[in-house]
Amino acid sequence: MAWVLTFVVAACVTQQPETSTSADPAAITPDNSSSLVVYTALEDDQIKEYLSSFKTQHPDITVNTVRDSTGIVTAKLMAEKDNPQADVVWGLAATSLLVADQEGMLEPYAPKGLEQVQAQLRDPRNPPTWVGIDAWMSAFCVNTVEANKKNLAIPTSWADLTKPEYKGQIVMSDPAASGTGFLSVSALLQMKGEEKGWQYLDALDQNVAEYVPSGSKPCKLAGTGEHTIGVSFDYRAAKAKASGEPIQAVFPTEGSGWDIESNALIKKAQIKPAAKTFLDWAISTDASKKYAENFAVTAVKTDVPIPEGYPADPLAQMTPKNDFNWAAKNRDRILTEWTKRYGSKTNKG
Amino acid sequence: MPGKNFFRVLGLLPLYIPPLAHAIGLVYLFGNQGLLTTGLFGLIPGWNIQLYGANGIILGLSLYCFPQAFVIMMTALRLTDARLYEAAEVLGSSPLRTFMTVTLPGVKYGLINAIFVCFILAFTDFGVPQVVGGSYNVLATDIYKQVVGQQNFSMGATISVFLLLPALFAFAVDRLINRRQTSQVSAKSVPFQAKPNPGLDRSMLIFCSLVVLFILLVFVTIVFASWVQSWPYNLTLGLKHYDFSTVGGGGYTAFWNSIRMSLYTAIFGTIVVFIGAYLIEKSKELQWLRSLNYFLSTLPLALPGLVLGFSYVFFFNKPLWSIPFTHYALVNPFNWLYGTMALLVIATTIHFYAVSFLTASTALKQIDPEFESVSASMRVPFYKTFWRVTLPLALAAILEIGIYFFVNAMITVSEVIFIYPPTLPLASVAIINMDDAGDTAAAAAMSTLLVCTSLGVRLLYWFLTRGLQKRTQAWLAR
Repeated sequence: MAWVLTFVVAACVTQQPETSTSADPAAITPDNSSSLVVYTALEDDQIKEYLSSFKTQHPDITVNTVRDSTGIVTAKLMAEKDNPQADVVWGLAATSLLVADQEGMLEPYAPKGLEQVQAQLRDPRNPPTWVGIDAWMSAFCVNTVEANKKNLAIPTSWADLTKPEYKGQIVMSDPAASGTGFLSVSALLQMKGEEKGWQYLDALDQNVAEYVPSGSKPCKLAGTGEHTIGVSFDYRAAKAKASGEPIQAVFPTEGSGWDIESNALIKKAQIKPAAKTFLDWAISTDASKKYAENFAVTAVKTDVPIPEGYPADPLAQMTPKNDFNWAAKNRDRILTEWTKRYGSKTNKG
Repeated sequence: MPGKNFFRVLGLLPLYIPPLAHAIGLVYLFGNQGLLTTGLFGLIPGWNIQLYGANGIILGLSLYCFPQAFVIMMTALRLTDARLYEAAEVLGSSPLRTFMTVTLPGVKYGLINAIFVCFILAFTDFGVPQVVGGSYNVLATDIYKQVVGQQNFSMGATISVFLLLPALFAFAVDRLINRRQTSQVSAKSVPFQAKPNPGLDRSMLIFCSLVVLFILLVFVTIVFASWVQSWPYNLTLGLKHYDFSTVGGGGYTAFWNSIRMSLYTAIFGTIVVFIGAYLIEKSKELQWLRSLNYFLSTLPLALPGLVLGFSYVFFFNKPLWSIPFTHYALVNPFNWLYGTMALLVIATTIHFYAVSFLTASTALKQIDPEFESVSASMRVPFYKTFWRVTLPLALAAILEIGIYFFVNAMITVSEVIFIYPPTLPLASVAIINMDDAGDTAAAAAMSTLLVCTSLGVRLLYWFLTRGLQKRTQAWLAR
């Protein structure tokens, strides 16, 4: 028996390849260039709509999408680092792609039509490792029915949220668990400066009923009246309103924190030509027009009117003090401090 | 007591409900706008239990753990020896004394297992605290924050090692007690049949009804949630949320995938678990190996699914394992499994291995080893004893395990969310995604479908195996 085992083990040993990312071609599934694996964090209901345009233009390419929330997609990408399953990432937060980039998982690629992409919505390097398609920003979801019932004025600014009348009425994303939560906290710290920023967050914490581990949930909780005000993001607020929930979207007067839904090419041994075709399409005017039906700010400007529920000049709403690299560098420190201050807060009901 | 089968089926109902739907049910009942909190929107006096926080977690976890304990206890109580009760009666002991000296010691093993299973489940579950926990922090949600929020796998894994500590403790206690455990069903034993006792039966009926009523209340709320237009402001009812074509997640394709996966898991899992338990309980050699196996079998219980999930990615997705200090690497012989249905089935089997294993081993422990001794002395080969004696005796438990695997595979999320491939969307993951996109009603609709499927399978199973049960369990009746 022993010699059989030895033989089997010996057969399994092989010379280690130079780089860990180049996979043994025999071990991965046979390369079928006409099928693509796309990881995305775009809203599920949007994907079908967007992809219909790709399918008519490239009927020969099968797109298999894996759609999960930003956190799960990012975690999946990182976990599969040694043998990436995805060919392309489509519509994932730029801050998440920065993490993947730090691990050397992304292949720089300049898609066709890159010159049309607004400068602040793409990686400044050339060729860029990530290219944005649209931007989203923090916004409050205010339940008008509950606000009326409780005789509360609709808040219009970050400063308003710390007023004593809103005590226990606010729900916010936990920045340690949600990108949207982190985006708001990081923008506040950059807008106000760190010291003032933390003072503000201390005051805000007095009014927060709970921090929830999701970016869209605060808005949902406001929509069902579980809490009156949810600190969430713009698309969710606009959608809640459109679907008949008594939600008013409020864009704080001081400005909103924001992030970019972006695309990137995954570095692997065999990069399929179809992956590049997909990335070219993903910033085409055709695709951008579809994005523009849902988002106020698109990377490629279109003639589509700004969807209902957004401010008239969405670009002005986005705070200029939003340095992704600063945020990425200081992320761990901010989260540690945040958790120390508010993480172990006991239930306030 | 009348309606035993009714209670038996409904007692397991929480097991069929996806965790997220549980949360929807609880929030719609007890949340700030809940049906009970507002007293049906002001029709009757409201009752605010302050859901968000410890109250919500305890309520949610009690519901979640109930069926798990129920399965273990049912197996333990089913196999009791009537001779002991007869002896107690003849000796004139009071019912209370009989309960304390016969019933309790008889089910001691199952009872302790149930307590530990519930404790560990509650300790490691993050689904419930995440939704109704408010700002009440528990260790398990920290894993979610580390892994999903910050992609910090090593910290996530470190926290899960801490979660293993109570499992280690439970194992140690279990071994201590187990040493004194003797089998309940000896070759000479006579199955116990409860005698009618009007007072006791009536109070038990009330107790069971209350429990089932509460479980039903939550379930009915979920069904209700799938019908309403827009909770809580527009309560027009309709079935439009059952058309999944406008929402994401894969719709009915995902639903069929889930059914297939659950079926495979039920078959594959049950076989693996039972053989595993049989080898541990009924073989004689290699005591240390059996102890180790026993420990490893109970371990998955304490592993959070999320950690299990990403461990599977790390293990199966690596084409090569490098051998330290050399330039050589081992070709991963399991790499081809990555992204297949088979891996989903394996992961699900492992995730739910522990409770199934405990059920199987409780059932097997209660069968007298004398059967084996007699067979051995009569030169009956062990597989014949297994086939003719052990298997039929344990059939009830085996069927229970199959169902347990099926219903859990239908609703499980945490370990499959990392490894499901693009071509195989799953209904349980779809529920999370639909809810995430704000389509709570559609999520509730899909949950209702899953629950009805599990209930349907349960009833079908019961109907089909009734004849079989009657034959193999005939010795239980007199």
